[in-house]
Amino acid sequence: MTTRITIDPVTRIEGHLRIDVEVENGKIARSWASGQMWRGIEKIVLNRDPRDAWTILQRICGVCTVVHAVCSVRAVEDALKLDVPLNAQYIRNMMLTAHAIQDHIVHFYQLSALDWVDVVSALRANPAKAARFAEGVSDWEGNSEAVMAHTQERLKAFVGSGQLGVFANGYWGHPEMKLSPEINLMAVAHYLQALEVQRCSSKIVGTLGAKTPHIQNLAVGGVSNPIATDSEGVLTLERLMQIKEQIDELGAFVHNCYLVDVAAIAAFYPEWLRMGAGVNDFLSTPDLPIDTKGTRFMTPGGFIPGGDLSSFRPVTRFGDAYFTGGVAESVKHAWYTYRKGAGELQPWKGETTPAYTDFQDDGKYSWVKAPTFYGKPAQVGPVAAVLAGLAVGDKSTASYLERLNQKVSALSARQVEASELNSTVGRHAARAIRACVAYECLKANWQLLMDNIGKGDMTTFNKPTFPKGEIMGVGQEEAPRGLLSHWVVVKDGRIANYQAVVPSTWLAAPKNDSEQRASYEVALQGTPVADPTRPLEALRTVHSFDPCLACAVHLTDLERKTDIQVTAL
Amino acid sequence: MSRKSLGKILPLNGDRHTVHGSASGQEPPSRVVVLGVGNMLLSDEGVGVHVVNALAAQYQETSDVAITDGGTGGMELLPLLDGAGHLIVVDALRCGQPPACIVRLEYAEVPAYFKTKLSPHQVGISDLLAALAFKGAVPGHVVLIGVEPANLSLGMELSPEVQECLEEVKNVVVAELEAIGHPIHPRI
Repeated sequence: MTTRITIDPVTRIEGHLRIDVEVENGKIARSWASGQMWRGIEKIVLNRDPRDAWTILQRICGVCTVVHAVCSVRAVEDALKLDVPLNAQYIRNMMLTAHAIQDHIVHFYQLSALDWVDVVSALRANPAKAARFAEGVSDWEGNSEAVMAHTQERLKAFVGSGQLGVFANGYWGHPEMKLSPEINLMAVAHYLQALEVQRCSSKIVGTLGAKTPHIQNLAVGGVSNPIATDSEGVLTLERLMQIKEQIDELGAFVHNCYLVDVAAIAAFYPEWLRMGAGVNDFLSTPDLPIDTKGTRFMTPGGFIPGGDLSSFRPVTRFGDAYFTGGVAESVKHAWYTYRKGAGELQPWKGETTPAYTDFQDDGKYSWVKAPTFYGKPAQVGPVAAVLAGLAVGDKSTASYLERLNQKVSALSARQVEASELNSTVGRHAARAIRACVAYECLKANWQLLMDNIGKGDMTTFNKPTFPKGEIMGVGQEEAPRGLLSHWVVVKDGRIANYQAVVPSTWLAAPKNDSEQRASYEVALQGTPVADPTRPLEALRTVHSFDPCLACAVHLTDLERKTDIQVTAL
Repeated sequence: MSRKSLGKILPLNGDRHTVHGSASGQEPPSRVVVLGVGNMLLSDEGVGVHVVNALAAQYQETSDVAITDGGTGGMELLPLLDGAGHLIVVDALRCGQPPACIVRLEYAEVPAYFKTKLSPHQVGISDLLAALAFKGAVPGHVVLIGVEPANLSLGMELSPEVQECLEEVKNVVVAELEAIGHPIHPRI
């Protein structure tokens, strides 16, 4: 018998995603990922001044404001071939890495942990035992018996007052929950600590960006932060020293708590290192530029066909022709139409004309377009970035994978192979490694900024001038969820076309022109589902991608009921 | 869960309402957050942001009242809401009223509410409030001032109908603040 499960919307994500799966003999046989909201945001910047686009485009998504803002100014700077002062690069890099760390922490603890952690089970834990376990794997300061006991008291009060229902789709008591009560209690304690620590990122972004969540300090050509060592109201040494304290606090947490907790999940759910593999071709971009032209970077990126690290081909700079020549978008199965005979369109030539049909299993079924790299889907995201790091021998990436594996092997008789990162739990592992790498880069950028100011360089901005005629540019960014690119065409100083190809588009896409599936759909196939009314396993895999559909799409239907529908076919 | 079970929807036409929740006036002054949410790129969807921006321009923020543009954010708004006594959310709210109708939802108890899709960004806010509830730091009193949208298409301008009711929505928020003992005053 085939059972069809429709999860709509998928909860504990940003934005609106619908997932349909058909279960046969206890496993997912067919799957569909469907963005349920229309995105036409790009149209809003047409004919506007390219210098203003970022203030508008940071509104695409409430979570990724900084991410889109920076990518947008990079696109315009690439079109102008405009140099960006070092100080501006460092300040942007700091905002991006601080944001990425926050994003990863929140994704793991607040949005995903409930897929693996049974909070109700933690009520039965022995706090002393929980503390012994936690202190045995890490010297994180939040692991004491007092912390565990206090956490359990708070949890008792919370559950006792009947508030547990606030957590959408928490599957406590599900037979797939395998952690001991003590480890569950430890995870609950860390969930609460994560809430506190992630504020450090907001403070860093807020201090540098003048405001959060919507930053105000960017400009095409640099940043608008005046730097001074002696005056109020600008980026002073005092403020930079406060930022350093926040950086250290984030570092301690990702290093001693987050990475270790992910290692525990890998150790106790090893079967999930063999499930949920997405597309096996990986695409990432180098990021965190440390020169003014976008040719030298702190983290590498490129294409890895078939997961074979020796076949890695780097993307070498912003605007690399190998990259820009490879990206196109298909709308064969998406609710858009291109002019006749267009095939897949390169984003500079991209079109955004809606053509809604109903949800058609074999026809159009999503508001998300299907991007391809030289005609094929690619998996973007933390796994792609970590594999690129390993391919070029990036020390930071390799050392954090090793640290993860020390913890995994201390708790179980195995390690996480690089090839296993392309899995449901592997994506969490890659993300934790990326958070640690982001911390290293954040710290390093802080130092670079201090040193550069110390040399007397206070420059933060190069004034752009727009030529007559048409120019094109691309903004590339290795965003928390993976490769982000903004594509802009400027004509006589006004925006003539704009397309944002966002990470969740690469991952949550419907089939492309060649009927190839993207990563969500690929990863779901073969996933076991024990209980169709509580499809925890499917959610684990979908959540592992950190879906953020707010930018991929936009809303059409507010009044539909939210639910999981199960139909026997 | 049906929408009705979430809370009372009261058309406001001059109707004054009592305030429930923990605010009684005797307690030490608590922090109030007026949070405008919505996407400014989708016409009336951004009405909440337009309202708070207008409020912030016209009224003096006080030490206990923060007037904030939350956009479509979720968890990153946590520091702002953490420990606030009152939360007043202003948002576009589609609930079958005529365009530009102002509705007020009050939640006597904390916060399963934002879970259904009365508005899309509430998915993010629901996670945020759940986390705050778990932490024991959820606002004791939450009010949602909603405006029925007329136009949700792409664009940065409000529809004429909603634009016209902006003044009234502002007044509703100001009255709300007055009623809970945290008045704000126009800039001089």
